[in-house]
Amino acid sequence: MPQPADALLDDRPLRRIASPRVLLILLVLVIAFGVVPAIGNDYWLSSIVIPTIVMGLAGIGLNLLMGYTGLVSLGSAAFMSIGAFATYNLLLRVPVLPLPLVLVLAGLISAVAGVLFGLPSLRIKGFYLAASTLGAQFFFEWLFTNYNWFSHESQSLTISAPRLEAFGHDLSSATGRYLLVAVSAAVLIALAFAIIRSRVGREWMAIRDMDTAAAVIGIHVAGRKLLSYGISSFFCGIAGALWAFGYLGTADAHAFNLDKSFQVLFIVLIGGSATIFGNFLGAAFIVLMPIALDRIALATDLSALTDQGALANIQHIIFGVIIIVLLIKEPDGLASLLRRLVPPGTNPRRAGG
Amino acid sequence: MPSSFVKILAFAGALGLAGLAGAPPAAAQDHKGEQLYPLFTYRTGPYAPSFIPFGAGNRDYLTYVNDVEGGVDGVKIFIQECETAYTIERGIECYERYKNGYDGALTAAIYPHSSGLDVALTDKARIDKVPIVSPGGGQNIATDGRIFPYQYPLMFDYWSEAQIVVDYIASKVGGYDKLKGVKIVTLYHDSGYGRDTIEPLGILSKKYGFEDIQIPVPHPGEQQQTQWQQIRRAQADWVFLRGWGVMTPVAIKTAARVGFPADHIIGDIWSGSEDDARPAGGAAKGYLAVSVFPPGTDYDILRTLKAKILDAGKSDLKDNTKFGTVYYNYGVIEAITFVEALHVGHRKFGNRPLAAEEGRWALENLDIDAKRIADLGAKGLISPLKTSPDNHKGETITAKVIQWDGAKWNTLTDWIKADTSLFADTIRAKAAAYAQEKGITPQTNTN
Repeated sequence: MPQPADALLDDRPLRRIASPRVLLILLVLVIAFGVVPAIGNDYWLSSIVIPTIVMGLAGIGLNLLMGYTGLVSLGSAAFMSIGAFATYNLLLRVPVLPLPLVLVLAGLISAVAGVLFGLPSLRIKGFYLAASTLGAQFFFEWLFTNYNWFSHESQSLTISAPRLEAFGHDLSSATGRYLLVAVSAAVLIALAFAIIRSRVGREWMAIRDMDTAAAVIGIHVAGRKLLSYGISSFFCGIAGALWAFGYLGTADAHAFNLDKSFQVLFIVLIGGSATIFGNFLGAAFIVLMPIALDRIALATDLSALTDQGALANIQHIIFGVIIIVLLIKEPDGLASLLRRLVPPGTNPRRAGG
Repeated sequence: MPSSFVKILAFAGALGLAGLAGAPPAAAQDHKGEQLYPLFTYRTGPYAPSFIPFGAGNRDYLTYVNDVEGGVDGVKIFIQECETAYTIERGIECYERYKNGYDGALTAAIYPHSSGLDVALTDKARIDKVPIVSPGGGQNIATDGRIFPYQYPLMFDYWSEAQIVVDYIASKVGGYDKLKGVKIVTLYHDSGYGRDTIEPLGILSKKYGFEDIQIPVPHPGEQQQTQWQQIRRAQADWVFLRGWGVMTPVAIKTAARVGFPADHIIGDIWSGSEDDARPAGGAAKGYLAVSVFPPGTDYDILRTLKAKILDAGKSDLKDNTKFGTVYYNYGVIEAITFVEALHVGHRKFGNRPLAAEEGRWALENLDIDAKRIADLGAKGLISPLKTSPDNHKGETITAKVIQWDGAKWNTLTDWIKADTSLFADTIRAKAAAYAQEKGITPQTNTN
């Protein structure tokens, strides 16, 4: 497991309040809530920005578990589906609840499931644990497919976004959905930083680095592991709700299949283990690269040279090759690549890294 | 860290971003005056084998209209492919890319080519006011155009399919009154699609007194031994097979193994292609299927396509043996619905590219009658289709029953009409419930 250089540095109080960082956060907020909604058109917001942010949030969820606590999960998509179905049912069956509260509750429901499916982690490790989290993946897909109570007796088993409203504002437009996703992301990112810099975060990292030693120094390993599963699932659950309603507009259990779990896993690997912003880089890579390849083919008129079917397959090959090369050349992910690309003088972390 | 890799990555990233920046609205207007047809493809992924002939039929007909007929009333169709790999995520990107037109060409309608995507686009299409057309698929409740002004589940639905199957069985056993006590098993793919016929068959079995047995097969359906043993034990008379992908040939083979006759299995419209029957080998001989897209090359329009497109080397088909297959013909039929909608629109708005709202009007006023079908050279290939603002599917819903002879499909029956009045109230009530859940006020007819 790579060393979480930035996370350890983040513990230094001086660095935390260092002005470049505060400025950076302010800049990101201005871009996120001022510039993007102003210049982003429907296409950019709906098909590029929103899925990137939501998958980035799911990535954070898994990264808290995998990168910071050293546990594994192949069931991220299952916890996303719980969030989506819980949100749908809460909005539908308890209409008095406002959307933000529903999202938090859905996250908590997902967290409970995460803790339950995290129980095996107290006894087993590694590949065996991966197999048991896979159980969550299969169980919830089966549950939501076979009991259509969860989809409000819908014959097609799909849940569709109820009216998206927060504080009296209709959020069903592209900008509205973007704001819903961006505000949720801002809150969750802040929460993630708060957790990894807290005592809990440090204990997670201690468990990841050597759980026997962690136990010796008095860390309650079992409790911390379960907490990690719970918090991870909390993030994934909210990401799932946003994926279903902020992005797709609809979902069924198969929208959260094993492929989606693997995508979240790739986001963590490509973005970088034990980073927060790296997840968004990884998500951007996963979401944007296929579109970019398609666009390049369109712009360069490659379609005139070969048939469309071959082109579609070539794009898959290129995508695969880029992932392989990236993982070989950059095992620490895009986050560490980006850190090296930023000139030393402007990077507050550089000195320590 | 080799800096060359960083450079390549940065370069590729910049190139990609530059490509993305060229996203709509496109700067150039090279295709002004043309009608955009965004062709959503899935040439990759598990369902690619069905798309390849389907897409070819689609493209070939439009190529024919452009190259031979000089466009639709003089308006050229500008085809832009967008690969979805049958995923909703990629489909949404394609929708967003083309919903407002591209490079000067206008979008009149979007054919998502996926039931899941059709559902996912429901809200977006309503907000963006872009018609979503799904011939043979789509959401049954969207027939109610007052609540779904932008959804067009043209031609067919699974409830009517169930009715047509029961109708066919009745004709085989000697009338509806003989259905009493007949055991009809529905062997369905355990998904939203597969479950869609449970409710209508329940209604039909109450009405006619046949025994309705529902047996699910979990996705993807590679193991069906227990299900077929169950069918055998129940001494079923007929099996309505609602398969998808690999499930269908496995069902036919397993049926042969337990000794269930193939000519008493009736496949669903997505279980009735060459690729569904052929892999089952000899076991499939006699197998029946419901077809909205009759296979065969013996139609005037197919002969024209063969002469002007295939033989001229303009076809999108790489494997010419797929010409005239169920999926190829499906593509042709779908392209006909698009072209005919444009004709309807041109008559009202003039011979120019139609915008989405005009496309909607055209789709609500489609009228492909028997005479028009004959003019198209599509007699027997497509059945009359007449929509209205209230009815987005078309007034008559029909299908044929086809039979596999071991090498190809043969058409057994003429068009069998479904009685649309039977389920109309149930579907209206479901649409109304949806409207209430979503807070939609049903539109009053403005046409």
